[in-house]
Amino acid sequence: MATLTEAPPPLVPTAPETGPPRRRGRWTPYWLLLPGMLWLLVFFALPMIYQASTSVQTGSLEEGYKVTWHFATYWDALSDYWPQFLRSVLYAAAATILCLVLGYPLAYLIAFRAGRWRNLIMVLVIAPFFTSFLIRTLAWKTILSDGGPVVGALNTLHVLDVTSWLGWTAGDRVLATPLAVVCGLTYNFLPFMILPLYTSLERIDGRLHEAAGDLYARPVTTFRKVTFPLSMPGVVSGTLLTFIPASGDYVNAELLGSTDTRMIGNVIQTQFLRVLDYPTAAALSFILMAAILFMVTFYIRRSGTEDLV
Amino acid sequence: MKRSSRSSLGRDEMKTTTDAGGDVRLSGISKTYGSFTAVHPLDLTVPQGSFFALLGASGCGKTTTLRMIAGLEEPTSGTVHLGDQDVTALPPYKRPVNTVFQSYALFPHLDIFENVAFGLRRRGIKSVKKQVGDMLDLVQLGEQARKKPHQLSGGQQQRVAVARALINHPRVLLLDEPLGALDLKLRRQMQLELKRIQTEVGITFVHVTHDQEEAMTMADTVAVMNAGRVEQLGSPADLYENPRSTFVANFLGTSNLIEAEVDSRSGEDVVLRAGGGKLVLPEARCAAPTTTGGKVLVGIRPEKISLTHADDAGGIPEGRNRITGTIAATSFIGVSTQYVVDSAVCPEFEVYVQNVDRDTRLAPGAEVVLHWSPAHTFGFDAEQAIDAGLDEEAAL
Repeated sequence: MATLTEAPPPLVPTAPETGPPRRRGRWTPYWLLLPGMLWLLVFFALPMIYQASTSVQTGSLEEGYKVTWHFATYWDALSDYWPQFLRSVLYAAAATILCLVLGYPLAYLIAFRAGRWRNLIMVLVIAPFFTSFLIRTLAWKTILSDGGPVVGALNTLHVLDVTSWLGWTAGDRVLATPLAVVCGLTYNFLPFMILPLYTSLERIDGRLHEAAGDLYARPVTTFRKVTFPLSMPGVVSGTLLTFIPASGDYVNAELLGSTDTRMIGNVIQTQFLRVLDYPTAAALSFILMAAILFMVTFYIRRSGTEDLV
Repeated sequence: MKRSSRSSLGRDEMKTTTDAGGDVRLSGISKTYGSFTAVHPLDLTVPQGSFFALLGASGCGKTTTLRMIAGLEEPTSGTVHLGDQDVTALPPYKRPVNTVFQSYALFPHLDIFENVAFGLRRRGIKSVKKQVGDMLDLVQLGEQARKKPHQLSGGQQQRVAVARALINHPRVLLLDEPLGALDLKLRRQMQLELKRIQTEVGITFVHVTHDQEEAMTMADTVAVMNAGRVEQLGSPADLYENPRSTFVANFLGTSNLIEAEVDSRSGEDVVLRAGGGKLVLPEARCAAPTTTGGKVLVGIRPEKISLTHADDAGGIPEGRNRITGTIAATSFIGVSTQYVVDSAVCPEFEVYVQNVDRDTRLAPGAEVVLHWSPAHTFGFDAEQAIDAGLDEEAAL
């Protein structure tokens, strides 16, 4: 009996030889990267280098600035403006915590409970972005204006007595106090908290809630042991997206605050645009950047979300 | 049926379950979503310690029924009792019932040990180490305790899900299509594994599946569900040998169904007329009233039929039901050969013949006689759709 040891030839003719693979293909990924890399070089790396060199220059506006490796500028900037640094961190932290407290329930609602209202609420969260940051902040100036309904209500309810005692407001005013600045920051950065929170909550499998309930976890325990830990990536990215821009912000402190609520952003802005002391402004910027980088690294390490992100 | 248990874990289990005592009793339970009725009022008792399967196609209400026992779905009407306790109004976290979810729903942020310990910790049990260790050994995952769920294979995750539920010594373990995500080989293996665990711990298992083979392999009792109702309930063999509706006949395995007319009676048997021939059906195996002249549907399983070439028809013993026809197609599948026979009573008669001595004359076009014992015949009401349950099986 004849045995068949070879498979029959394929019915479809083989494709014609195309020759050696084209060499150009190998470089394609790099060509695609090039525009982005150039962008980073021109708009990130070069300004950073320029700023770094500015920060170690000495001189005056009339005589021009020269690089003299004058690192004392950093020390002087820090010792002159440490209260503003501290205030920036405090205000940004307060606004971040407020954003988290306000944003988490809302994100939770949108992710799990909103049903057919989900899209509408999402639009409401994002809608303020359709107007200018400046206009929105100015609107808060009106909302918190002296003798306005909000301040009136807070006054009647004696809330202002408490906040004044805590040093957050001054007398009958909310405007030009720390509270006003923190309110403005919270308002302006709230969507940056809600969106990542929503994204990570929405990704949680609803059956995990059922499974937790099935395994004797009350709703509160389910939240504590399952929902919240699983939303940590959203909490971390939300707090970073809020804290980082808030700590460098100067618009809210400028429009809603007073000279007593100046943040480091205001100092840098003044040094650059009014005093024209470029080295100090550059040094302040670098200190702020280093401080944020340090805090953020520490925070990410502590929150231990590496294997969740 | 109470199970004797050998392992120490099994004995603990027996104590808690027998003391708590009781069957799962569903009385008049139903569920409607708007105008859609997922489960029609249903009475069902699952005896303690049994392996009970709810079998049906997707959308038949089997999962909804399970979720109502778990407390994850609120029944529109009716009550759920566990033993003497009415648990209808209890939220899931207060019910002594645990669920193995479809695709497992393991907590991705917790390791295997913590997943299994979750239920114990929620009930305030401090020293969980021993129990979790024992349970992981039972499902043969002792080595994997510190891994995260995503590091395990599908079969391992499935066993974690079983361990996570079983460790709480539930009175009833609910399994919602637990093997659906596994490949065929692993599924077979896990079927035996689950059966072994159930025998060992003696807990009542309520298993939801759309896979008739799975239900028949594992369960003591199977309830076949269709469109929110239980069509038939019984042991796998009973359901298979004696289906009471065309749905069950078609959904569980394959059946040849013939439309016939009642001709006469002789003792315990009913004589039927079908396509010019006569068929005999024991009256006890007919689910419909048999008045002379009335119509009934007669069924026979393909493997109960013998196939004889027309030339040898003289050798067929007396008293067997016979039908003549022509072979339309054959397919050789190793252990048996499947024939499709074209006959006057049924255009596509399926016949499975074991490959013992193959008759080479049985090729397409050959004239054949199909014959079978009347005791294997079953009959039911001709009012129902002859093809009920067929689409569902094709969809598998």
